[in-house]
Amino acid sequence: MSKMFLYVLKRVLLGLLAIFIIITVTFFVMHAVPGGPFLSEKAVTPAVTAALEAKYGLDKPLGEQYLTYLKDIILHFDFGPSLKNRGRDVIDIMTDGFKVSAKLGGTAAICAIFGGLTLGSIAAIFRNKFIDRIIMIITTAFVAMPSFIIGTLFLMFFCVKLGWFPANGDAAGGTILPVITLMLYPMSYITRLTRSSMLDVLGQDYVRTARAKGVGNMGVIFKHALKNACLPVVTYAGPMLAFIVTGSLVVEQIFAVPGIGRRFVSSIINRDYTMIMGTTIFLAVLIIVMTLLCDIIYKLVDPRIDFDK
Amino acid sequence: MALLEVNNLRTSFFTQAGEVRAVNDVSFSLDRGKVLGIVGESGSGKSVTAYSIMQILTHPGRIVGGSVKFDGQELVGASKEEMRKIRGKKISIIFQDPMTSLNPVYTIGNQMREAIMLHTKRNKKQATERALELLRMVNVNEPEKRLKQYPHELSGGMRQRVMIAMAIACEPDILIADEPTTALDVTIQAQILEVMQNLQKELGLAIIMITHDLGVIAQLCDEVIVMYAGKICERGTADDIFYQPLHEYTKGLLASIPGADDDDKPLVPIAGTPVDLLNLPQGCFFAPRCKNAMKICLRKYPQMCQFTETHHSSCWMNIKEAADEGLVTLTEGEESANE
Amino acid sequence: MEDNNKKMNRFGSFRPFSLQLNTDAFLKASDDEKAQQDRMRPSTTFFRDGVKRFSKNWVAMTSLVIIVIITLSAIFIPMFWPYTYDNMSGVAQGQVVDSSYNNLAPFEYGATELAKIEAGEKVFPHVFGTDSHGRDYFIRVVYGTRVSLAVGFFASIIVLIIGMFYGAVSGYFGGKVDLIMMRFVDIIYSLPDMLVIILLSVVLKQILPDLIAGTPLETIGSNVISMFIVFGLLYWVSMSRLVRGQILSLREQEFVLAARSIGASGKHIITKHLLPNCVSVIFISTALQIPNAIFTESYLSFLGLGVSAPMPSLGSLASDALSGIYSYSHRLIIPAVVICLIVLSLNLLGDGLRDAFDPKLKN
Repeated sequence: MSKMFLYVLKRVLLGLLAIFIIITVTFFVMHAVPGGPFLSEKAVTPAVTAALEAKYGLDKPLGEQYLTYLKDIILHFDFGPSLKNRGRDVIDIMTDGFKVSAKLGGTAAICAIFGGLTLGSIAAIFRNKFIDRIIMIITTAFVAMPSFIIGTLFLMFFCVKLGWFPANGDAAGGTILPVITLMLYPMSYITRLTRSSMLDVLGQDYVRTARAKGVGNMGVIFKHALKNACLPVVTYAGPMLAFIVTGSLVVEQIFAVPGIGRRFVSSIINRDYTMIMGTTIFLAVLIIVMTLLCDIIYKLVDPRIDFDK
Repeated sequence: MALLEVNNLRTSFFTQAGEVRAVNDVSFSLDRGKVLGIVGESGSGKSVTAYSIMQILTHPGRIVGGSVKFDGQELVGASKEEMRKIRGKKISIIFQDPMTSLNPVYTIGNQMREAIMLHTKRNKKQATERALELLRMVNVNEPEKRLKQYPHELSGGMRQRVMIAMAIACEPDILIADEPTTALDVTIQAQILEVMQNLQKELGLAIIMITHDLGVIAQLCDEVIVMYAGKICERGTADDIFYQPLHEYTKGLLASIPGADDDDKPLVPIAGTPVDLLNLPQGCFFAPRCKNAMKICLRKYPQMCQFTETHHSSCWMNIKEAADEGLVTLTEGEESANE
Repeated sequence: MEDNNKKMNRFGSFRPFSLQLNTDAFLKASDDEKAQQDRMRPSTTFFRDGVKRFSKNWVAMTSLVIIVIITLSAIFIPMFWPYTYDNMSGVAQGQVVDSSYNNLAPFEYGATELAKIEAGEKVFPHVFGTDSHGRDYFIRVVYGTRVSLAVGFFASIIVLIIGMFYGAVSGYFGGKVDLIMMRFVDIIYSLPDMLVIILLSVVLKQILPDLIAGTPLETIGSNVISMFIVFGLLYWVSMSRLVRGQILSLREQEFVLAARSIGASGKHIITKHLLPNCVSVIFISTALQIPNAIFTESYLSFLGLGVSAPMPSLGSLASDALSGIYSYSHRLIIPAVVICLIVLSLNLLGDGLRDAFDPKLKN
């Protein structure tokens, strides 16, 4: 138990360090922009300039500005005002967008996991049969398709040509296509992962033991094999989340979903630097924290893991 | 009627490279309460024979012919459900490597209860009691604690005891032990064999003991089968095999192990490597490695001959000796082809 | 008498039978005759075995052929194609003279060209039509493919070099050095790479053009260079982990110990045992890195952070096509198909190589 506690502690510290690095890197990299992130554009309104001036003391040395920025984030989740959206704070825009994106990404993640586990198990059970071949061909194809390609093609066929779905993510039913676009890659990946780990597990000695005990086919697959075969899938949860976050940037852009990703992309195009900094840090912290949680869950699920490593 | 009758059993693995004939025309029988030993090198088809009886072959292996009769019931071609009811209840098996044979993500108690509840009407509480009783039978210390532990928390010998306990949970008629001591330390080996011997006496189990350890055979077995390349080459009592080996392969096998009594005799390894099961030779499978091989050995597989009431062998050297005794009438002419 | 008894006992239950045999049946067989019967499969070298396995895998072979065809076309077609990627037909000296060139459908001609055809001149067709600026779309797709492939290839090389060097140093020295170096890798590994890439691209896009102005690097374009920088900074971590892991585990493996114990020299151990085991794994994961890099490149180009206009890449072509999706859908489908084809073939090729040369990874 204490070993596990030490492991969790170590991982949490590493995660905190990563978050700290992300904030620092973001701040200093953005200051490499000629003129600095806060004032590089002439179009910034005097009101915003005044607000930033009061907040960070833009005439003060860089180190002091950094400490102020860091303090505001940690203590108040305050990322300063947006340069382009007049009178709005970055954190408000982000929380608005995140509510939409979380629903989208969450649905995609859950569908991807369940769909992938089911399809992967089916493929493994019917190995080398017709249904396995079909599943493998389709998933192989989807793994080779970037989400922006799938998204644009979906938009073209289902919204433009066929008119089945609205092209506006705000409208009713408008989130169906974005969710499908986001989930296809991770689902295909999980399917392949589940299939190969299921095949691996089905060849293990303990599965032979279970069959020798007189456990039926279903019992072998669902009780003895699936739980073991799931373990590699848990390790993919972290990368999947990162994929969904970055994928949602383009998918929200394509389908005009008013989520955090779309706002991030438009802030890149508009050079709204405070917004870019804020969103990068926000999404990075999200990914780091979720990956951390997945890793800890993985260690809890698999009783074999020793915590010395 | 024998408890288990295996006749002309043939099992192959259909790999990409071709059909690997792992078990080639194997026949034997086993009576209630007896111990049958199967010896042979790695890859001689011992384990595959056992898996074929249980029908737990993994892809791409499959029984291609012959019959397995348990208590008069034909198992080859039996339905999945019929086989499921036989496995674990009538015939049980324990495996070579106790480290990997237990499911790592379930507790010992969970896996033992599963074995018990699959074939009996006990509820969870009764199954736990039965599991404790079984663990005590195989001399596991602190059985209550063990039930709550995961396999990786137990030593190899302890896990093999758990495997045995699980195998005898439903008081099967036959216990197949597939190299049960190979992966264990020597001291633990003796303990495990003792446990098995005691159980055999207490429960009247019939045991099929698969091993390449001739010492184990000498200690436990009533009858012994020697296998090479998926075929039985010699069959007899332990005394027959050890003191009057007939087949050249058996003689080689005996010469290659250190004996406790005559330790000044030099060890003679069997030269060469086992045959490629994808390309079986035309004659006797052992002939290419046999130091006394004759021309006929390379042309024709020798038939199985009975020598004494218990002792059978299929070796041309034995037929030659019998011919020298005048028991086989030889006529010159065209040799008939192998069946 | 006793001897006779024993013999009788030995054949106690022998049922006499008769046999038809050749006269030489009981003569001792020679070693040659025995060897003839002992039909073992011929042993081959690791490499030849792998090539044989690979050439039997038709999926991987097809992928290889597709990759070769795409690569060769990307290299050679621009050499003889009469149009260039930035040549706006119908524009002369910055003035629009013939706007009928814009947005041509496949195999359509602009007004000036039609006049030429009338006059009996031969005009090379616009196979995929033209884009909204009157540029030949086919050559832009070819150029985009060239850019995407080049970025993928060189990014993987960068990743390979940095990762191999870092991992080898870490694994070779071991101990404290290894511990510190690997902690550093852990930290980089836990950063969300795509976000950092976007962040760096945003900034580099601002500052790089000034830095490289006037140098040969300018022709490559600041965005491509920033992409390489980003790859060099972040993507090497998994490669370095892989190399380190290989070296550590191989160092400890029993066959190395076995080789050493029979007196094999260090050089022999490295060339015969370590390299063949290590190289295939590293080579394969480099091959699998290429589609990854192409993915990232096209993703960034799609966000407008990739190659700078007028240089096309498959991602930016797809992104540009979005605005005309209602009327000119072929402009989206063509680059999309090419990206998918490249990534799919590279994936399948990598899988095939892995199956053929690294049996350990096969399931």
